[in-house]
Amino acid sequence: MKIAVQDLTKTFEGRGVSTRALSGVSLTVGDGEFLCIVGPSGCGKTTLLRIMAGLEAPSTGAVDMRRSGDRERPLSAMVFQEHSLFPWLTVVDNAAFGLEMRGVPRRERHARARSFLETVGLAAFQGHYPHELSGGMRQRVSLARAFVNDPEVLLMDEPFAALDAQNKLLLQEELMRIWEHDKKTVVYITHSIDEALTLGDRVVVMTAAPGKVKEVIDVDFGRPRDVFEIKAKPQFGEMSLHIWRVLESEVRGARPGVLA
Amino acid sequence: MTGKPPRMRLETQERLLAIVSPLALLVVWQVMSWLKLLDARFIPSPITIGEGAYRLVESGELWTHLSVSLWRLAAGFVVAAVPGILLGLVMGLSRWVRMILDPIVAATYPIPKIAILPLIMLFFGIGEVSKIVIIAVAVIYLVLINTMVGVMTIDPVYFDVAKNYGAPWPKLFTRVIIPGALPLIFAGLRLGLGVSLIVIVAAEFVAAKSGIGYLIWISWETLVIENMFVGIIVITVLGVVTTFILREIERAVIPWRRERA
Repeated sequence: MKIAVQDLTKTFEGRGVSTRALSGVSLTVGDGEFLCIVGPSGCGKTTLLRIMAGLEAPSTGAVDMRRSGDRERPLSAMVFQEHSLFPWLTVVDNAAFGLEMRGVPRRERHARARSFLETVGLAAFQGHYPHELSGGMRQRVSLARAFVNDPEVLLMDEPFAALDAQNKLLLQEELMRIWEHDKKTVVYITHSIDEALTLGDRVVVMTAAPGKVKEVIDVDFGRPRDVFEIKAKPQFGEMSLHIWRVLESEVRGARPGVLA
Repeated sequence: MTGKPPRMRLETQERLLAIVSPLALLVVWQVMSWLKLLDARFIPSPITIGEGAYRLVESGELWTHLSVSLWRLAAGFVVAAVPGILLGLVMGLSRWVRMILDPIVAATYPIPKIAILPLIMLFFGIGEVSKIVIIAVAVIYLVLINTMVGVMTIDPVYFDVAKNYGAPWPKLFTRVIIPGALPLIFAGLRLGLGVSLIVIVAAEFVAAKSGIGYLIWISWETLVIENMFVGIIVITVLGVVTTFILREIERAVIPWRRERA
């Protein structure tokens, strides 16, 4: 087991109103597992991930993330939603950001960033600034920034949500290809059932706000997966329908626009 | 590539028009002066102004005034910009410092800076220092306020990324805060430049024995109107040139914005 989340609650206090985002979330993530979390918008799934990343403190409960020994490697790195690349850094400097923060010398961090940029087909764009790239290319750089840093755990917050359908498929495929390579532990937030089934080993379905775990579903399609072929399997449709049934009442009952 | 030649020609045309229209104005002005449609006592002809400029350059008088004004501008600007940026950064980053200093800034900012010139002369004497101080006072507010807002409006996601990747404090500063605030820091410097030109001229009108403002004022008092026009033209050109230089520096320092400019 890599991550244990125990009875996590989070309440945001603001201007006399307190909003409960999470109410007693418990889950575990195995070592090398790809865990997807789906839930209606505003269910606190991003908050859950931010707590795991240490960007937010829980009100009660705890997240226990276990190190596998090597102290040089960072424990976790987050892939944010779109527009998180630094506009003032070139592609290669963005990709090497984590290494730079850890004090890796310029020559070495650029070499490592470049070799990863090559695997996502962006070697020719290393000197460009983010605003010169398309949305799909920018999210490839975001992936690069996280993978180049070589963390034990990857935390991904709807990284492909803003992309068009074709680009989304291509990036999912690339993510699978890269992930198969070194099998990092991944926690992947999405609102897309389809995406969760395509990528995940297990899918956690969350309730509407305040979020808690409603159901955990095993996805046993085996690996390596073909993100295109998998959708043609009858089980894929069945599971997709099942998750939708679980989610449906939550989505319909969700208070609109409480928390992202 | 096929669309390029006509576009180039259009650009040249536009550039030509931009030169031709002021030239045409000068010609009309000169002709009207010859026809005595303009009273030479109030509005000298362009040629008369040109002759005045030639005399001022020849005698070295113009350079003396210009260099004095330039020195005061540069000194006042630097004296204001450095602490303005530093204080702006601190106020942008620290809620506490902001809460302490913001009321003071908000209360003193609306004072027309030239109104405190006598006070500054009382404190700093009638020499160079008081001119530099009045420019610095006028510029520092614009730099400080813009820098502060520049820091405060940095998208929080960049701080999240920095924290998530374990950015140590100096790196957070050089890789996130400074570049994030830079566009607004430059906006503040540009506004400061414009205001400093107004203030230097006003200060030199009343409290100097040299400088472009003094040249304009003494020309009015002695009714050498063409020299007054020369002074106005010189200070205008100074504004255009310094703004251009600042913009070029901005382009070099903020390369990620070049395409949008």
